[in-house]
Amino acid sequence: MDKVPTPSLNSSDLAVQVVSASKTYLGGNQALLPVNLNIQRGEFVSLLGPSGCGKSTLLKMIAGLASPSSGAIKLWPKVGLSPQSTDSFSEHTPPRPSQIHEPRLSFVFQSPTLMPWADVKTNVRLPLDLAGVPRDLSDSSVDEVLTRVGLTDFADALPRELSGGMQMRVSIARGLVTQPDILLMDEPFGALDEITRHKLDSDLLSLWQKQNLTIIFVTHSIHEAVFLSNRVIMMAARPGRITEEFLIEQPYPRSSEFMVKPEFMHYAGLLQRSLEKASVANH
Amino acid sequence: MNNIPEQPRSSSLVSFAQNALIPICLGLVLLGAWQWLVDYFEIAPYLLPSPTLILRTLLADWSLLGSALLVTLQITLLSFLLATTLGVLISFIFIQSRSLERALFPYAVLLQVTPIVAVAPLIIIWVKDTTLSLVLCASLVALFPIISNTTLGLKSIDPDLMNYFKLQKATRWQILHRLRIPSALPYFFGGLRISSGLALIGAVVAEFVAGTGGSGSGLAYQILQAGFQLNIPRMFASLFLISLAGILLFSLMTWVTQISLKSWHSSEMNIEN
Repeated sequence: MDKVPTPSLNSSDLAVQVVSASKTYLGGNQALLPVNLNIQRGEFVSLLGPSGCGKSTLLKMIAGLASPSSGAIKLWPKVGLSPQSTDSFSEHTPPRPSQIHEPRLSFVFQSPTLMPWADVKTNVRLPLDLAGVPRDLSDSSVDEVLTRVGLTDFADALPRELSGGMQMRVSIARGLVTQPDILLMDEPFGALDEITRHKLDSDLLSLWQKQNLTIIFVTHSIHEAVFLSNRVIMMAARPGRITEEFLIEQPYPRSSEFMVKPEFMHYAGLLQRSLEKASVANH
Repeated sequence: MNNIPEQPRSSSLVSFAQNALIPICLGLVLLGAWQWLVDYFEIAPYLLPSPTLILRTLLADWSLLGSALLVTLQITLLSFLLATTLGVLISFIFIQSRSLERALFPYAVLLQVTPIVAVAPLIIIWVKDTTLSLVLCASLVALFPIISNTTLGLKSIDPDLMNYFKLQKATRWQILHRLRIPSALPYFFGGLRISSGLALIGAVVAEFVAGTGGSGSGLAYQILQAGFQLNIPRMFASLFLISLAGILLFSLMTWVTQISLKSWHSSEMNIEN
């Protein structure tokens, strides 16, 4: 409940360390200038910026889906053992040698990215199946995570039978079922209507508070960024780079009332001006 | 937060009635008109036999035509199975690497564009066993749609879902059986539907070219024989059996598709807007 909005700067608590990582695509298109970014464990960080600012590229590089053209990205640096190595889940999962030193990472895409032929529980169980977790163990994990996202009644439904918001919940459940240390989300609620989006934002916050989770969240919505994050990284386009950084020093839990408070407006205004600067900078 | 959207799904029986009733009615009307025309203008049976005469011939010659139908069906089904097996195997080879596909695909096209009547005599000379040679000919005709559809299907994967599998460090085998094969099924079944008809056509064409008579002769040979003897009603009866076999095969494939894709794929959904 008492998440410290300002993370301590103890370097051994780092979840992600981006060391002057840049991305240049074939043909010389510079998607991202070298950026430095430290993210503490347990933080909720939003990457905010106009389209083409490289926020998704940065996220994909952190995920390992793209490799930086220069620089390096370190996950869970300076740690010998995964912090999850003593929990019940890992006891039953023989960790692959490479995993012992690696944190668990989950990625939630912009679209739900579900298997249309598989029902909800099969979709959620997918990462466990791929890791070779025995069915009886994975089934209980799936039940548990479906309860957390409020989809217990829909375990046997096919994705197309669900609304867009519910499909996104399935996608989040699939992201959480492996009990990740870091959850990477690439504009996950961008395609949803305002009401559904806000509901999912609130649910995501309470899920984040309930477990020791670091979330990196790409968005183009100022309100979403202020509502969710304890830190917002502002990025600018052409070429992509980090321009500013804001600590949202407001206590959690945050409810919808937070969104009408003057403090909220204050941060939203700050981000608005910063975003405008970032958008006009190179035009 | 939401309920499952209502899916008014009519039972397959009702939709079958709807789908079948109209064509059947139209067929009956056309048959009636045919019968009336033949009776009214007293058209000779060796020019155009009436539907009732065709039916009577079918019943009278059933021992001959029924066994011929079995032979043709046997060749059709064997070649359909062979084409499906080979086609799927070739597709799996194609997706292993792009250069492999580039190297081999032109030959698959070559297979498709070469008329079977031109190749069939060669195959019949090379392969001693009649049934086997006919099956090979028919398989060649039915092969290409399986290859091209299945290959396309195995490659038609949601790129984000592919990224997800890679993120989860899925093995090649896991990607194949959990992602590629399920994604390919709708395309594969599309290929099956086309190929089932082509296998029948291939079987009939091959029989024509082979012109084999005797006990193991199929419907094509009955048509040839009936043509020589100007036994036009029997010719029509054989033709009717071939069409019927084709329609049944196609319906069977449609049914299999519906069962296999259940309700997840848009091609098999009842969407009511």
